[in-house]
Amino acid sequence: MINIHNLHASVESEGQMVEILKGLDLNINPGEVHAIMGPNGSGKSTLAAVLSGKEGYEVTEGKVTFKDQDLFEWEPEERANEGMFLAFQYPIEVPGVSNANFLKEALNEKRAYQGLEPLKAGEFLKLVREKAKLVELGDNFISRSVNEGFSGGEKKRNEIFQMAVLDPEFAIMDETDSGLDIDALKIVANGVNSLRDDNRSFLIITHYQRLLDYIIPDYVHVLMDGRIVKSGGKELALKLEEQGYDWIKEEVGVA
Amino acid sequence: MSDEQQLLEEFTSKEYEYGFVTEIEEDRIPKGLNEDTIRLISAKKNEPEWMLEWRLNALRTWQKMTEPNRPNVTYHKPDFQEITYYSAPKQKPQLNSLDEVDPELLKTFEKLGISLEEQKRLTGVAVDVVMDSVSVKTTFRDELKKHGVIFCSFSEAIQDHPDLVKKYLGTVVPTADNFYAALNSAVFSDGSFCYIPKGVRCPMELSTYFRINAAGTGQFERTLIVAEEGSYVSYLEGCTAPMRDENQLHAAVVELIALDNAEIKYSTVQNWYPGNEHGVGGVYNFVTKRGIAHERAKISWTQVETGSAVTWKYPSCILKGDHSIGEFYSVAVTNNRQQADTGTKMIHLGKNTKSRIVSKGISAGKSDNSYRGLVHISKHAEGAQNYSQCDSLLMGDQCGAHTFPYIENKNSTASIEHEATTSKIGEDILFYFNQRGIDTEKATEMIVNGFSREVLDKLPMEFAVEAKKLLAVSLEGSVG
Ligand SMILES: Nc1ncnc2c1ncn2[C@@H]1O[C@H](COP(=O)(O)OP(=O)(O)OP(=O)(O)O)[C@@H](O)[C@H]1O
Ligand SMILES: [Mg+2]
Repeated sequence: MINIHNLHASVESEGQMVEILKGLDLNINPGEVHAIMGPNGSGKSTLAAVLSGKEGYEVTEGKVTFKDQDLFEWEPEERANEGMFLAFQYPIEVPGVSNANFLKEALNEKRAYQGLEPLKAGEFLKLVREKAKLVELGDNFISRSVNEGFSGGEKKRNEIFQMAVLDPEFAIMDETDSGLDIDALKIVANGVNSLRDDNRSFLIITHYQRLLDYIIPDYVHVLMDGRIVKSGGKELALKLEEQGYDWIKEEVGVA
Repeated sequence: MSDEQQLLEEFTSKEYEYGFVTEIEEDRIPKGLNEDTIRLISAKKNEPEWMLEWRLNALRTWQKMTEPNRPNVTYHKPDFQEITYYSAPKQKPQLNSLDEVDPELLKTFEKLGISLEEQKRLTGVAVDVVMDSVSVKTTFRDELKKHGVIFCSFSEAIQDHPDLVKKYLGTVVPTADNFYAALNSAVFSDGSFCYIPKGVRCPMELSTYFRINAAGTGQFERTLIVAEEGSYVSYLEGCTAPMRDENQLHAAVVELIALDNAEIKYSTVQNWYPGNEHGVGGVYNFVTKRGIAHERAKISWTQVETGSAVTWKYPSCILKGDHSIGEFYSVAVTNNRQQADTGTKMIHLGKNTKSRIVSKGISAGKSDNSYRGLVHISKHAEGAQNYSQCDSLLMGDQCGAHTFPYIENKNSTASIEHEATTSKIGEDILFYFNQRGIDTEKATEMIVNGFSREVLDKLPMEFAVEAKKLLAVSLEGSVG
């Protein structure tokens, strides 16, 4: 699905380029769920931003292939229409544009990209209702402006809802669990689990192994100082939860 | 270049979509302004003596006035002796079918996507085309006649309905009201006149498309709408102008009179040439629009303003009658070096009068967009209510948005509410759209339409479509 090789990326900060990703390797096959954990500021969101094509990041070295093609050849919207979805750590409020309008446009852009006709209003509504149930968002929020005035938890659920409607092949979830109460966490996890299948891959960024109790990952990686420094199975998350990151720092020798 | 930066650059360098010139032979008088000019205009139009006197009186008033300095806008003041005050298509105005209309003109309308044929066939809108001052074509007159509705050019009204014109002309916007109103009163070329008899609901939307055509020709439209007791009319005005290097002055006067229980809806879509990205050329739009609402009458102004180099315009309502209502819904887009200072005045004189103001300003490029609103509650306006909402949308950080709400309240029982917001289309919002597969251009269009929706919803259907198109066109190609 996605193959990241020796990825180096910098951001500009106060006139200087600062390297954040420093040779990151990661390979995700179709159907796999990978979790990434790591201390604050280690570069997790930066990875998500670089993959999805956000402005302001410069890839200085390395290679990323998405569906066997050079990812960086594509504009952000093309990556999206190719099936990449990013659930934002901080979902954006868009005043004046309704959830329904936003999603309809997104969906139809994707369909156009695939050479399909736009969805008829009735079909769209049916789809949206069905997916809204998945994340237990009421019908009325469909007509509200995107994320405007949503609670933190509602915003996160809205991201999963959009994901469900847009049906991506590769979804990156950046701390979708942060700020969720325990019921919402289950709702989000159920939403994700219902989307899991042999062709869809997930990259789940989280600080808490709790989420991984509900979404059982195939792999857990530790991102530290811009690199994946350790990989393992679900038990790695448990160990991190108990012991923190110090033992890894010692093991791999990063400060 | 960041997305936002790029968006701005391209938005800014967007060429004027409707910049073309229609080649129609013209009949014009020499430049300059004095009593002879007025006599000549009046004679060309074959006007009665009282009209000439009214114009001359206005000229004398104007000559004693000095051009005011506008707050928040800067421009080269027009040289009033360099303007041609009358130009009319040579073609004879009274036509019976579209076949008789100059094909050049028809082509122009086609380019604008508002061909008369379409208009007539699809929408049933009566179109009174004002092309450089003289009405070229009026349709649906018969249908309107059945209901006793008068809808004609101002010149015709002077000939055919002198009593009505005499009774109402200058009653809402007196000659001496302001510099440009005085000028207009002296030299107005043509415009529309509309009269709805008592208790009649006008059977169709009345629409006029204004165009400024001849280079250096000032345009001085005069519109007068009288809605008798219990009547209703919805009037639509829309305009686009050809690309020009010289500044073109437009100083129209619109007067609305809503008698007891009458309602007038006045909608404008304005897209005059705004000048190029360096601020060269473009139309100066100094309009005086005002309506008076008698008892339980209602006046709504709705406007979508995307054009002009300099706009200075405050459609206003004098809420004279008890329980009368005034509304103002506005979207003003400024771009490049455009300057707009617009807003409204709600003058509450009667008891339990209500006004509602919704102003949406969109600024891009290096433009400046100001809202200036006055809510005046007089001593006698017991229980008056006003609600104002002024929202600004900034595209980038080189443009400006300013809000100046003035409130004069002389009655303690009044309730006045004012809300204002400012938001910015930033990279984060655009990236959010991009990540959902929506490109920046489409995203901008959605945001702008969303931002303006409350106002667009107030426009009659067929006009709303055109207005949306206009907003999209001003944004089209804004992202590469
Ligand atoms: N646009 C930017 N300008 C300056 N510095 C940045 C920018 N983006 C990221 N950084 C810096 O890069 C580093 C990595 O940030 P990133 O957001 O990727 O961390 P993270 O692993 O997601 O952290 P958290 O767990 O707190 O979300 C931080 O030091 C951050 O300050
Ligand atoms: Mg982060």
